[in-house]
Amino acid sequence: MTQHESTYRPTTRAGQWLDERLPAARLMHSSFVDYPTPRNLNYLWTFGGILSFCLGVQIVTGIVLAMHYVPSDKMAFDSIEHIRRNVNFGWLIRNVHAVGASMFFIAVYIHIARGLYYGSYKAPREVLWILGVIIYLLMMAAGFMGYTLPWGQMSFWGVTVITNLFSAIPFVGQSIVKWLWGGYAVSGVTLNRFFSLHYLLPFVIAGVVVLHIWALHVVGQNNPTGIEIKTRADTVPMTPYATMKDFVGLSVFILFFSWFVFFAPDYLGHADNYIEANPLSTPPHIVPEWYYLPFYAILRAIPSKLGGVVAMFSAILILAFVPWLDTSRVKSTKYRPVYRYFFWFFIFSVLALGYLGGKPPEGAYVYWARFFTAYYFLHFLVVMPIVGVLETPRPMPRSISEAVLGGAGGTPHGATAAPERR
Amino acid sequence: MRGNFKSTSTLVARTKGLMGGALALALGATAAFAAGEAAHIDRQSWSFAGVNGRFDRAQLQRGFQVYKEVCATCHGLKRINFRNLAEPGGPEFSAEGVKGLAESYRVEDGPNDQGKMFQRAGRPSDPIPSPYKNEQEARAVQNGAYPPDLSLITKARSAGENASVFATIGSMLRDIPSGYQEGGADYVYALLTGYANPPADMKLAQGMNYNQAFPGHQIAMVPPLQPGQIKYEDGSQGTVEQYAKDVTAFLAWAGDPKLEERKRMGVLVILYLLITAVLVYFAKRRLWAKVH
Repeated sequence: MTQHESTYRPTTRAGQWLDERLPAARLMHSSFVDYPTPRNLNYLWTFGGILSFCLGVQIVTGIVLAMHYVPSDKMAFDSIEHIRRNVNFGWLIRNVHAVGASMFFIAVYIHIARGLYYGSYKAPREVLWILGVIIYLLMMAAGFMGYTLPWGQMSFWGVTVITNLFSAIPFVGQSIVKWLWGGYAVSGVTLNRFFSLHYLLPFVIAGVVVLHIWALHVVGQNNPTGIEIKTRADTVPMTPYATMKDFVGLSVFILFFSWFVFFAPDYLGHADNYIEANPLSTPPHIVPEWYYLPFYAILRAIPSKLGGVVAMFSAILILAFVPWLDTSRVKSTKYRPVYRYFFWFFIFSVLALGYLGGKPPEGAYVYWARFFTAYYFLHFLVVMPIVGVLETPRPMPRSISEAVLGGAGGTPHGATAAPERR
Repeated sequence: MRGNFKSTSTLVARTKGLMGGALALALGATAAFAAGEAAHIDRQSWSFAGVNGRFDRAQLQRGFQVYKEVCATCHGLKRINFRNLAEPGGPEFSAEGVKGLAESYRVEDGPNDQGKMFQRAGRPSDPIPSPYKNEQEARAVQNGAYPPDLSLITKARSAGENASVFATIGSMLRDIPSGYQEGGADYVYALLTGYANPPADMKLAQGMNYNQAFPGHQIAMVPPLQPGQIKYEDGSQGTVEQYAKDVTAFLAWAGDPKLEERKRMGVLVILYLLITAVLVYFAKRRLWAKVH
């Protein structure tokens, strides 16, 4: 799996015996202990570990919730209230799961933005990046189905609006929607199948995460300079160095997470979801969860139903093509004097779309949503290819160790700082 | 079923274009103001707000009295069992008092071994009986309006700010660190105290009342609270504001009965994590000092 020499030495007889038959411990050791990590990773690189933590939390709390939850249109809402009121620490488990979904998305957005800034998608990490896009898509599906389960007003009407999008597909749209619903309208049948899939998807995600980590450990981590590892002096062993840094990042993240769990558990949700689903009463203002808002804004910015749906899905799928859209010679935006302004404007556009997605589609909101939607796509289709060709990158350090330690003189391990200079 | 399907697909067609306006038309008076002019809701100071918030027992007990003597005529509270009224973190009535209270209600139970439903005295484990058997009966009695169950009312409402982008960022920076979760309570208080004479140019629909806080300003509920209507035993003032405040606090507890347990545990968890994070940080610095 990894392309360094394993330093794993089983110390017990049993360990040696097993190592000769199934070297699972060796695999873990070379993946997470002696695996060489670039020495200059900053805290943005702790989000990989944080995301694994988030997935674990969602799976564990989700399994416990499923023991008390009843996936039926008559009982779902009541069973959530039963969990909040009567199950021992049910309020806590449910808050962690609900807030955890938001935290998962906060972490994944930071992780994706980090990849975009430091060019982590560029060769040889294209497959690693595409696997990441697949995980993100699966997360969106899991999150969407999970939000259905409380069977509140926003659950019901959110599902109604989003599943209806598929009816825009020519010829087969209506049939697909009926097939998704399991009937002629969103009903308990829909809730049942979404519950089943919501339980399935996290394990699919876990499987793709394994591939993601595998691909990562084949090509090695990117780093803030975007320069590949050249010598051992550029690296430190993952454990204890990178893992310790991961723990610092994770501790701060859990602190932030806990604040919402204990002091603002409903802040990230919508009050209407405390009203039981009612097919006969439409809420005045249907909004999805905050983490879908940028895409919701793109959907509504296009003045045609099919066009909106295509734009929304393209906005996500376009990420998979970024490795080939970016023509820059260097990876890290740190050394790209022109592109960096476009990058930050892109981040601003996504945030702006998020704000606009939560607003009613009327008046100035629509025009701004169109403006930022246009930039969203221009950034990928025009800015990335053209700026990459025209821009002259800033001078770069010759190696990671030179970037960290400043000049060849400071290398503690001697010899190997910048071999190409000799 | 077919009717539903139709209305949902038109819904989506509208979502694409001008969702707010189209839906408002479809919904009539309730959503008349759909997206635009949300009434401004003032923030109140609540004893249960903030990181160290706790309910005021005496206030919850007075609030229950208001609920029982006024609101319960039309509104249910089905997610609260009598026993909850004696549990820690709530009004904390005495166990005997709650038992007596439960026994003063008649509850349907059964079927018995003859297959018949029968009436018996309430027990602490029973939910508080609702005034109507179902929504249809409520609407029949209430002239078509449906008085919602109040168990989650402060959770299911919000102060509904429709703020500009700058105000949104401002309120995030203020509300997240302070743990502001009381928008629903603020709204319920504003509604209960928001009855007034309608503006001269406004024509109220038949049977409707003017309310400053209610979306669209036309509400079917008659002003429920009058000064001096309820006799408090602890000598608190018999004003509409006092009644509204007390019953809102009680309903906030009913919507979130584990609030005190949550906040008490939260303070400990945050302190623990703060110490852990600091220790881990210094351990990391010490470790990395060797390689930098």
